[in-house]
Amino acid sequence: MVFNKYNLKLFSTNNMSLTNERIQEKLVEKFGEVVHNFSESHNMLSVEVATNENIKVLQFLYDDEELGFQFMTDLCAVHYPDKTGQELQVVYHLHNLVKNVRLRVKVNAPIDEPNVYTATSLFPTANWMERETYDFYGVNFVGHPNLKRILNVDEMDYFPLRKEFPLEDQTRIDKDDEMFGRGGSLLN
Amino acid sequence: MSRPVRFNVHPKEADINDNIALVPMPDGSTGEGYFATSFESVVGLARKNSMWPLPFATSCCGIEFMATMASHYDLARFGSERVGFSPRQCDLLMVMGTISKKMAPVLRQVYLQMAEPRWVIAVGACASSGGIFDTYSVLQGIDQVIPVDVYVPGCPPRPEAIIDGVLRIQDLIHAEGLRRRNSDHYKALLGTYGIQ
Amino acid sequence: MNEAHQPITLPEGSIEQQTTTLNLGPTHPATHGVFQNILQLDGERIVSTEQTVGYIHRAFEKLAERRPLYQITPITDRLNYCSSPINNMGWHITCEKLLGIQTPKRVDYLRIIIMELARITDHLICNSIVGVDTGAFTGFLYVMQYRELAYEIYEEVCGSRLTTNIGRVGGFERNFNNTAFTKLEKFLAEYPKVLKEFEDLFNRNRIFMERTQGTGAISADRALAYGFTGPNLRAAGVDYDVRVHSPYASYEDFEFDVPVGNTGDNYDRFMVRNGEMWQSLRIIEQAYRKIQQFKGAEAEVYHAEVPAYYLPKKEDVYTKMEALIWHFKIIMGETAIPKGEIYHSVEGGNGELGFYFISDGGRTPYRLHFRRPCFIYYQAYSELAKGAMLSDAIITLSSLNLIAGELDA
Repeated sequence: MVFNKYNLKLFSTNNMSLTNERIQEKLVEKFGEVVHNFSESHNMLSVEVATNENIKVLQFLYDDEELGFQFMTDLCAVHYPDKTGQELQVVYHLHNLVKNVRLRVKVNAPIDEPNVYTATSLFPTANWMERETYDFYGVNFVGHPNLKRILNVDEMDYFPLRKEFPLEDQTRIDKDDEMFGRGGSLLN
Repeated sequence: MSRPVRFNVHPKEADINDNIALVPMPDGSTGEGYFATSFESVVGLARKNSMWPLPFATSCCGIEFMATMASHYDLARFGSERVGFSPRQCDLLMVMGTISKKMAPVLRQVYLQMAEPRWVIAVGACASSGGIFDTYSVLQGIDQVIPVDVYVPGCPPRPEAIIDGVLRIQDLIHAEGLRRRNSDHYKALLGTYGIQ
Repeated sequence: MNEAHQPITLPEGSIEQQTTTLNLGPTHPATHGVFQNILQLDGERIVSTEQTVGYIHRAFEKLAERRPLYQITPITDRLNYCSSPINNMGWHITCEKLLGIQTPKRVDYLRIIIMELARITDHLICNSIVGVDTGAFTGFLYVMQYRELAYEIYEEVCGSRLTTNIGRVGGFERNFNNTAFTKLEKFLAEYPKVLKEFEDLFNRNRIFMERTQGTGAISADRALAYGFTGPNLRAAGVDYDVRVHSPYASYEDFEFDVPVGNTGDNYDRFMVRNGEMWQSLRIIEQAYRKIQQFKGAEAEVYHAEVPAYYLPKKEDVYTKMEALIWHFKIIMGETAIPKGEIYHSVEGGNGELGFYFISDGGRTPYRLHFRRPCFIYYQAYSELAKGAMLSDAIITLSSLNLIAGELDA
């Protein structure tokens, strides 16, 4: 075993020197109305941030001594077709490895102009995760070095994980939906 | 002239206490002589026992293929000792795993690069028909892009099933006529796939 | 600035006029799985790489939006298919956390045995394939025999070898029978000798060391910035292990070390995986001893008592009406799932495998996102391979343990 500054102390009990209330307090103190909708589910705090301020909030969470959320665990998006004006929601999962605290940051964007600033300069890991989010939902990450499709074919012209698109390929001829219990001519 | 044989010159009589029963060869099968058979059978025999497979392993079925090639289920017993990864050198394209729409042109190109005679075995449910993935990005069976000879179902198929698939291919090879690849029927079949 | 349009400059002292483009295409024996790398070479050295993934994109996340909980388990199998029990149990544990189900200790210990067995099989494939890529084929054939023994143990519990679909929400589908425990004892007796022999072949082997040391190195800073987790991060020097930091399934009851490397190069990754196999053996032995201490009625416990989410026994399903109805309802997702969202992660073979599950109270998840470690750390490959020779780049690729199913989902 090598003892260097990356040797995270092994936690035997929940050594919560940073509580969710303290995170909420610090965020509201610094950003006020920009951070809203705090909620806690299964011990993880979630906060919604105004769309254009996402990098400022992430930078504060990264730099602050006490908060120190310097590891980005995950980045994904969710589509809520019913919330007009805020259909696409980008969700960042952050983790403070030293104090073992996780945080969920959410950013909303309208579906006609889904522009969100990229987190790549702060977290290099966000590079491909944002490409995947763009590929699936069409969220345009402003300032991303290489925003093109990553998992689907390059020529695809729609964003498949949005709720309005079906799962199956509609051009296939050998499998009909009625045999798979999905409606079809037998029921019409 | 060869040196005189020094070992094993006294043939052992079959003994009921040995676990190995030695049976003498039937008359007419030993020594010099003539065998009458068709040229096709001999060529088929030679071809089927010396296949050079190309494992096109994309996903989980690829791991079962690794188990098939490993010592427990050994595919090399059936002649498929040398797996190659260059289509120019291989006879049998074993497609193991899901082929997505992004991968389909690559698969087709690999198939086109193979020289006749070539056989294709679709291992697993995903290669045969798209498997459990009836989605927008998965090709619903590789027979949408290339002609397939044997389908091995399973998700993933057991190594015994993969070996069974290879044995069926061997039966096909043995029974195949020498002129099949130049016949109109075969050309028409390839034509349906858009392959000249 | 579009990085695809940046001119590629040859390094100092190069004698070439321009770089050679080499396509390490999706079908290649050295890439274990389908992903493509377009390399720009200066002679033998790599100047830059461009990765293309998605050749096995099967749309798991969209598929999961259509399927109730039990129908999602077979999809999770196919993420990191070398250690599919870990994925299955990670998914079931996430569902249990959302539903508020507490599993009994015996179930947790049985789960740990299966998960650590899966971790051993994943690492042994990865390490033996690193051996194959350096030209040493024997190690692979030798340890694959023990993967077959692990498959036999899975078969006793769930019936299938590779894509196991093992377990239920709340436990297992059947109790482990004596055959499973006998085979487990055989594994525990024989595998350490095999692993020792495997290590003797590779660890101090001069050729292997010279090929793997110093190549594909990454510093702890860069690894954390790229979101590495699992053995690749531990090889770089950071001892982050989800089993220790956020224990699930009673991992806190067990004593084990977390092997950590220094430089994050290929040799360190190989050694960390070997070390983890030893630690997994240690955990399995402890779990097995703890299980043997359950006597009488406790020894028959193999699931939590949650009739609303745990499929009833098959004998009852075939004979009693009520059990049949419950079975139908649970499979079709007609039992109530509370509204809410949860992110839960487990230590997969490659790192932190996370499940972000948003439920709107319906039959199927509203959104299920898999945090796939392979996808996240493959981004760093261009940094790892830059300046390396072509053969070193191949070893780096295989020592990262990239599983295509997890890369593309």
